[in-house]
Amino acid sequence: MNYFGGLLGRLTLQALQHNLVTSVGVIMMSLGIILVVGLMFYFKRWRWLWKNWLTSLDPKKIGVMYIVVAVLMLLRGGADALMMRAQQATSVGAAHGLLSSNQFQQVFSAHGTIMILFAAMGLMFGLINLVLPLQIGARDVAFPFLNATSFWLFAAGAALINISLAIGDFSTAGWLAYPPLSELRYSPGVGVDYWIWSVQITGIGSLLSGINFLVTILKLRCKGMTLMKMPMFVWSVFGSMVLVIFAFPVLTVTLALLFLDRSLGMHFFTAGGGGNAMMYVNLIWAWGHPEVYILILPAFGVFSEIVATFSQKRLFGYRSMVWAIWAITFLSFSVWLHHFFTMGAGADVNAFFGIMTMIIAVPTGVKVFNWLFTMYRGRIRFKTPMLWFMGFIVTFTIGGVAGVLMGVPAIDFQVHNSLFLVAHFHTMIIGGVVFGYFAGLTYWFPKSFGFKLNERLGKYAFWCWLIGFLTAFLPLYILGLMGATRRIDHYDASLGWQGLFIVAAIGVAIIGLGIAFQVLQVAFSIWQRKSNLDLSGDPWNGRTLEWSTSSPAPVYNFAILPEVSDRDPFWATKQSKLVEDAKPNYKPIAMPKNSGLAIMIAGLAFLFGFGAVWHIYWLPAVCLMGIIVCIIVRTTNDHSQYLISADEIQKIEDANATRRQYA
Amino acid sequence: MSQALEIEEPNQVASDSKTIFGFWVYIMTDCVLFASLFATYAVLHNNTFGGPSGRQLFSLPFVLTETLILLTSSFSCGLGLLAAHKGEKAKVMAWFGLTFLLGLAFLTLELTEFKHLVSQGDSWRESGFLSAFFTLVGTHGLHIATGLCWMSVMIFQVSRRGLVAANVRRLTLLSMFWHFLDIIWIFIFTIVYLLGVVQP
Amino acid sequence: MKQTNPSDVTFRSYAIGFVLSIALTVEAYVIALNHLAGSAGWALVLALVGLALTQMVIQLIFFLGLGRGPRPKLDLIVFFFMIVVVSILVLGSLWIMYNLNYRMTSPSQINNYLHLQDGI
Repeated sequence: MNYFGGLLGRLTLQALQHNLVTSVGVIMMSLGIILVVGLMFYFKRWRWLWKNWLTSLDPKKIGVMYIVVAVLMLLRGGADALMMRAQQATSVGAAHGLLSSNQFQQVFSAHGTIMILFAAMGLMFGLINLVLPLQIGARDVAFPFLNATSFWLFAAGAALINISLAIGDFSTAGWLAYPPLSELRYSPGVGVDYWIWSVQITGIGSLLSGINFLVTILKLRCKGMTLMKMPMFVWSVFGSMVLVIFAFPVLTVTLALLFLDRSLGMHFFTAGGGGNAMMYVNLIWAWGHPEVYILILPAFGVFSEIVATFSQKRLFGYRSMVWAIWAITFLSFSVWLHHFFTMGAGADVNAFFGIMTMIIAVPTGVKVFNWLFTMYRGRIRFKTPMLWFMGFIVTFTIGGVAGVLMGVPAIDFQVHNSLFLVAHFHTMIIGGVVFGYFAGLTYWFPKSFGFKLNERLGKYAFWCWLIGFLTAFLPLYILGLMGATRRIDHYDASLGWQGLFIVAAIGVAIIGLGIAFQVLQVAFSIWQRKSNLDLSGDPWNGRTLEWSTSSPAPVYNFAILPEVSDRDPFWATKQSKLVEDAKPNYKPIAMPKNSGLAIMIAGLAFLFGFGAVWHIYWLPAVCLMGIIVCIIVRTTNDHSQYLISADEIQKIEDANATRRQYA
Repeated sequence: MSQALEIEEPNQVASDSKTIFGFWVYIMTDCVLFASLFATYAVLHNNTFGGPSGRQLFSLPFVLTETLILLTSSFSCGLGLLAAHKGEKAKVMAWFGLTFLLGLAFLTLELTEFKHLVSQGDSWRESGFLSAFFTLVGTHGLHIATGLCWMSVMIFQVSRRGLVAANVRRLTLLSMFWHFLDIIWIFIFTIVYLLGVVQP
Repeated sequence: MKQTNPSDVTFRSYAIGFVLSIALTVEAYVIALNHLAGSAGWALVLALVGLALTQMVIQLIFFLGLGRGPRPKLDLIVFFFMIVVVSILVLGSLWIMYNLNYRMTSPSQINNYLHLQDGI
């Protein structure tokens, strides 16, 4: 029954129907929102929130917001994982577990989409925002307003995928929504449309960030910082953003074509009418492969920083590390067919892409050896960030060799879409991306908030994650070789798989314990922050420019833009024990003013997506107009900056100098 | 944005250079977007599902007219930018006004072609080929429409505030965008229409 | 343009570009008109695509001023990288899809497919 004479498209009260699982999800989400909103009202912090966070164009703030959203999405994706493990451990023979097939399909589709596009991408962009401008000696990114818009578009995509839990269903077509299943004929509901629009909106945010950070690196480095003097993290972000720029447009097109098939009856990928579903697979992986390198490169960069700092030795083989990043970046575009060896291409095609796949393992190997050589004869401090690195070395190597194995097409025919594949990519993403970003979060937390995280709880969290991960995924390698396919919600008891599935479920529970320790770590650290203050700004005896600022850094980052002449410039400064200018000559600094237009554009984008999903046709039209108006309004703003006077800078710098004395 | 007192901020030229380079990078991403659409068109162009192919549907004289109109608008746009750098406000309005009209004419012709095809039953719903055709050419048309909106806003802004630095910078970006669209059209003209008509 | 003083692109530049582009467009058009009979071999395809690529280069240089000015390197590098990536994606996709289409056409459809695809 349609209300308002079709004004609400195909949105009816039926969309609010829930089963037990989604009800629990909706209740928890609602409780969370009510809690936060309630706290805001109680502490009367709405104005503070709006002024200091929601409208801020400061990348140090935007980075924190990215990470908050990413962590929330990580928790949601983790809940999906718990459900899947529980299902596969119990749904054997006569038992059918707690989820129906349809529910299970929504859960694994949501899990993949959320983890890759919201948790991992969010953590990555968050860390880049926090660290990049500081490491290159700049005040800000190249386009601050665009940066804020990118974050809010990311948040809008996250909101859209979360609202699908409450209103309507999600896609059952997996995290990549292959046609013909994702076409209208076989998925007539709103699920795939929700998937299309949440991914599309966040994808546009990512693309804009790619442009932003690339220009930042190329144009805003401080004086003396040539490309070959940049920190390795910056190089890795450079490679990643090059990939973002050239891969995300392919995603934009592919999602749009699928949407055109579904909404305007086109025949790009349909199973008839002259469509070609294989073209979708080709296009989506032409994006999808670079995407995984987009995620891993900055994680490699984080490890480069951490290994050097905690070995108290400069990074081994700087040039070869740079070469490796370029090789990985370039080769990323030449391997994508290895995701569909079994789709039917000939031996020549498969062989070419198989060989390219094996070649791309080489530069990664170069990096691993360089990290190990950096540690050799260093004075290693096993703080939490370094532990994450050690865990990464072990797990990523296992996953990496599994990947090279699957790069042989003949072998891939045996294990494609089995749990062996699932174990491989989780090893890479968890062991590589997640461990890397957790290491980065721990490492740069004091710079962002001014106090360190509790070391002991961090170590407990790490060990739970490492042991939990191995317990959860090593059985999956074995199961895959035993013939277990991915995405199954029930199997026969005679297969003898249940034991290993139970072990895997225990592993995920241990990971859950690790996450609990992380939450506890943050809460406890906040509570105990006064005893863990980072007064010097350099809690780890770091090597790069971000450690030369206070913790947290002032809004303008550097009172006087630095001039460098070495790699590891801060380390060089510390070694030379240069006496600082007693009375530096501060000049007023122009910084961008806050703007509510970024959040408004994203809010309109969210409504656009919602309208597109539910066929509420007037809504996307109105929202598009609104977005155009917002953009025009922004461009007419001549007073988008404010001035920090030399006196104010003096005061801030003096205060920070005083803090340093107490360090 | 120029202030009397000495501010520590990047100077105007450096700031412009950053923005112009950033826009160039954006145009590169748009090239990849169109490349994906071209690849899709190339893969699907024979999937006529029993229906007509390009040979039966396209009119070369019509397309040549469209092409020459767009090319001329690219030229007039360049002349408009020259005038902007020389500070000649009236010429800027004239040249960009002409560009706008030519662009509008192009778009009108394109929509006429679309309407004609749809009315004779050859819409995007009929085959993979037609879906790819309408989407590739239509996406270019959408970009043109966006450019026209932008152009009208710029013409308004120039009339109101004159050739201030921000406006000249934005006219530079707009011109880059407009030239880029003409270059994409070269490939549409060749690969969709010319090759479509000469192949069996 | 870009990192340069934008008035690097002069009136002469635009005029030359305009005239050359018209010439290339009309030439492509005439070639196409002369081959409507339908025996479109590779030579014809290469000729037309070649003309298009030439016109693209003309417009890049004469309208967009690519490569001009004191320090144009960055724009050129980004541009060439885009060309490389686009070539890999487009040519790679064409190779892959051509291969897949042939191998994945059912036996009952194969004659029809070969007729449409290769004119056999």
